[in-house]
Amino acid sequence: MSQALEQLVTEAKQTIESAADLKQLDEERVRLLGKKGVITEQMKSLGQLEPEQRKEAGKHINIAKQAIQNALEARRLSLQAAELDAKLAAEAIDVTLPGRGQNSGGLHPVTRTMQRIEKLFMQLGFEIAEGPEIEDDFHNFEALNIPESHPARAMHDTFYFDEHTLLRTHTSPVQIRVMAERQPPLRIIAPGRVYRCDSDLTHTPMFHQVEGFMVDEHVSFADLKGVLDDFLKNFFEEDLAVRFRPSYFPFTEPSAEADIQCVQCGGKGCRLCGHTGWIEILGCGMVHPRVFEHVDIDNEKYTGFAFGMGVERLALLRYGVNDLRLFFENDLRFLQQFN
Amino acid sequence: MKFSEKWLRTWVNPSVSTEELAAGLTMAGLEVDALEAVAPALDHVVVGQVVSLTPHPDADKLRVCQVDVGEGTPLMIVCGAANVQEQGRYPVAMIGAQLPGGLKIKKAKLRGIESNGMLCSAKELSLAEQAEGLMTLPDDAPVATPISEYLMLDDHSIELGLTPNRGDCLSIKGIAREVGVLFHADVTPPEIGEVPPAIDNQIPVVINAGEHCPHYVGRVIRNINPKAVTPLWMQERLRRCGIRSISASVDITNYVLLELGQPMHAFDLTKLSGGIDVRLSRAGESIELLDGQTIELTEGALVIADHAKPQALAGIMGGNASAVTDETQHIFLESAFFTPGAIAGRARSYGLHTDSSHRFERGVDPTLQRQAIERATQLLLDIVGGDAGPITEATIAEHLPQSGQILLRYSRIERILGRVISKATIEQILSRLGMQLVANGEGWAVTAPGFRFDIQREVDLIEEIARIYGYSEIPSNRPRLVAEMLPQPEHRIDLPAIQAVLVQRGYQEAITYSFVDPALQTLIEPETDAIALANPISADLSVMRTSLWPGLLQAAQYNLNRQQDRVRIFETGLKFSLENNDIRQESMLAGLISGTQDPQQWAIQAKECEFFDLKGDVEAILALTGSTDGIIFSSQRHTALHPGQSAKIVRHGRQQGGSQDIGWIGALHPAIEKKLGLPQRVYLFEISMSAITTRHVPRYRELSKFPAIKRDLAIVVDESITSQSVHECIRRAAPDMLTNFKLFDVYRGKGIDSGRKSLAYSLTLQNLERTLTDEEVEAVMSGIMQNLNKELGATLRD
Repeated sequence: MSQALEQLVTEAKQTIESAADLKQLDEERVRLLGKKGVITEQMKSLGQLEPEQRKEAGKHINIAKQAIQNALEARRLSLQAAELDAKLAAEAIDVTLPGRGQNSGGLHPVTRTMQRIEKLFMQLGFEIAEGPEIEDDFHNFEALNIPESHPARAMHDTFYFDEHTLLRTHTSPVQIRVMAERQPPLRIIAPGRVYRCDSDLTHTPMFHQVEGFMVDEHVSFADLKGVLDDFLKNFFEEDLAVRFRPSYFPFTEPSAEADIQCVQCGGKGCRLCGHTGWIEILGCGMVHPRVFEHVDIDNEKYTGFAFGMGVERLALLRYGVNDLRLFFENDLRFLQQFN
Repeated sequence: MKFSEKWLRTWVNPSVSTEELAAGLTMAGLEVDALEAVAPALDHVVVGQVVSLTPHPDADKLRVCQVDVGEGTPLMIVCGAANVQEQGRYPVAMIGAQLPGGLKIKKAKLRGIESNGMLCSAKELSLAEQAEGLMTLPDDAPVATPISEYLMLDDHSIELGLTPNRGDCLSIKGIAREVGVLFHADVTPPEIGEVPPAIDNQIPVVINAGEHCPHYVGRVIRNINPKAVTPLWMQERLRRCGIRSISASVDITNYVLLELGQPMHAFDLTKLSGGIDVRLSRAGESIELLDGQTIELTEGALVIADHAKPQALAGIMGGNASAVTDETQHIFLESAFFTPGAIAGRARSYGLHTDSSHRFERGVDPTLQRQAIERATQLLLDIVGGDAGPITEATIAEHLPQSGQILLRYSRIERILGRVISKATIEQILSRLGMQLVANGEGWAVTAPGFRFDIQREVDLIEEIARIYGYSEIPSNRPRLVAEMLPQPEHRIDLPAIQAVLVQRGYQEAITYSFVDPALQTLIEPETDAIALANPISADLSVMRTSLWPGLLQAAQYNLNRQQDRVRIFETGLKFSLENNDIRQESMLAGLISGTQDPQQWAIQAKECEFFDLKGDVEAILALTGSTDGIIFSSQRHTALHPGQSAKIVRHGRQQGGSQDIGWIGALHPAIEKKLGLPQRVYLFEISMSAITTRHVPRYRELSKFPAIKRDLAIVVDESITSQSVHECIRRAAPDMLTNFKLFDVYRGKGIDSGRKSLAYSLTLQNLERTLTDEEVEAVMSGIMQNLNKELGATLRD
């Protein structure tokens, strides 16, 4: 290669390298390789050479052209990369800024608890049933073996509309409504609002219960213990001790009260459990034959168990809420804790 | 039922600790609600005797006593009590004693005289709630004996929360019976003999209501000492059972009530005219009770009358006219059996609840009356003296409760309990409970004792077996279930799915009371008949809600008043109304929003929410049903809502053709907003759950392979033309090939005449079989425009 050509390539590489952007680079490309470019001019000048020299010179010009093209391409790539980098740098954001949009809300802790109870029982094939909240005397009391003058009525503090119409004091009337319409086998839970005419630190005039029952040909007290023991351990997600002790409900016989080992002190005794180590959690028993008689279910063929639990009480224990009244104040700061 | 452990242990004394005794009772269904010491520790308090008494030289009301406490020289103690007497014996708190109120006894000078202790009243020792003067101890109280030893204060009061079926345990006798069974201990009742009559006074007793009172025992006792004082031991036993000492004769009847479970009544004999007539009340009769209130008797109430008028509400409370007073010298003592049916509910109907009615309505042992009157007579003679007449007894045998035989099948026991229990164990348990058993082929014929009113059927016996055998001995079993799948109807929308939509949109679920303030409710729904409670807990919770809005508004108010300026809440539940005298209970979903559209954040400029924010949420719920076609928001007024921003939500029937009102949405009426003192705009909706709980199961429609054509259409209409009417007009004009259209702009202002507005729609046209030609598209577009022009006076926007 002639010295001049080498000089040209060296200078070209320098100008290419110093092109500041793609536009300058393109101008350089035109100056070097364009129709009137330096290399093109060189090519054109070949015609003036002897044929034997022409071949050799042409080869050199092509090498020079190739070198310039390579330099142009390399610079182009590098400029493109730099441009992209600059663009990306300009587009950088503070990823720690909070995201945009709506926060999600949440369910009331009582609903949350009720749905948890429902889910656990539904695994055993329990179905959900509902009933009216304004009930009649028959479904709320009579059919549940609590006649007019029964002392147990005094335990209920009933809200009345008239002599025979009342706000249900428990969800047990749903038991009657379902059994009056369907024959066993039955596995039902009935969640809902219930009402008692009582209001103080530990009572609200409205609260929630989940009533449940299972009626089939061979349902025994041992089954009742098994199902409820399972439920309580799974509800609290703890291997808690559960005990059953005799109690009385007019609509079950035998009747029992289930206690769990205190969730706060683990059974050692504290204020929550009245220093007994146990917390009363639900009432249950074998469906009383008189209840079956009221709904025409064959007492000899079928047996069943029933249970009822206070949802607020379970929520209180599960989530460590210390004041029952919070459930009905609907303070957003309280409700949002359960989201 | 509260009782003294020591008293119980005189009847039955199992070798178990107090705690074991309490645990045993609880686990047998007699739940121990409270267990407490009957007195605080009373160290350095002893029995003392005042050996001499001199007036205090410098104080009129004080006296200087020399008190023998068994220590060589008597203690000099200054005392201010009026009832202190020479030779009297009293509790003495010596130096070093600390009294329950916290008072520490030290050497002191009272008006210059040294005092080395304190003579105490019962109140100062926490042995009574009130006391007049010193606690006087009997003359045989041994001097120097610590008071806690003398009064046997190392005792516990045990309170049982008895269930209504266990009326048989409302006495020391009953609890002793139960404890005997539970701990295999012998029960040794006190000896109760017959008191031979000293006089032959009797008054006639006639039962004219045998069905309610099959057994009545009475006795005259004359010449009692009305001033006699109840002995300390009896006062203490009563106190430990939660009963205050009143007068000797009343205390004795209360004592027998506690000991044996038989309520008794003493009449002032001289106030009774003629004899006793146990009968039902007659029309117009009334009685003034012991507590001073006069009640009008409902006809047919069981009363104890003399030959003139009712003298007692049988089994509930005595009358004032024949009450025993501190002048009474001659009494007539009653010990009767009233059937539970005669008493149950009666006391409650008069607003009364007494120890007597509590027992009779649960069932008193029908064989107890004679024994109880003998016991009471003996105690009366011992304490208040007097001469007893012979017992008068009236019985209507056919109405006495009959203990029938109950068939107990051995196989049934296992079937109910899920546990095999041996026949021998069953026989042993039931016999210990006082049941008589006759074995037969299937099991036994069982006769329960008369005091067990709760044992009526086979299951009652099975419960007794389980109870004594121990619920803890019955295994926990996981039942085997038939693997039957339950239907999962796909057309049903479950409540959690609806709740999830709102939760995702930032709502908190609220739960408010179903009864509300009638004043608030009237503001919101003045036309709907609310159902009022007969016995509300308070005036502001006295009517059933006819809408979920009052509760939500109160919840919003609560939060807005507590620095929460953005509220989004919803609730589901029943609303209640009267329709043609029928109670209607309808399940509703309601929501409320107030404050900014979005939570405060850097990336969105804060903007107050408005009607369309809430409408979007409602539409999202309605969209769960799979199709919002046929749901119309129709501009209508509602008392609670802003007249220009309220809509009734109506669903046009898919099949039936009829339309159904499913709810309301709107801005709260500014007047109500002001009345409730709400600081900012509030928007509300309420929809009937029945409108959103079913959906269509999705059905595939073929997709077109041919390109869709999109065209925009901007029209100008009068302000009065609703979006809905334009929507319907386009729909009617367009053929099937119009597959979608959306409103994307609403514009008023420059370029549009005032009183008019511009609406811009984006229309999508598509055909399943082929690509649409320009001519076809133009034809559709102009057809739509013509229709809009003809029906709504719409013009194309330039």
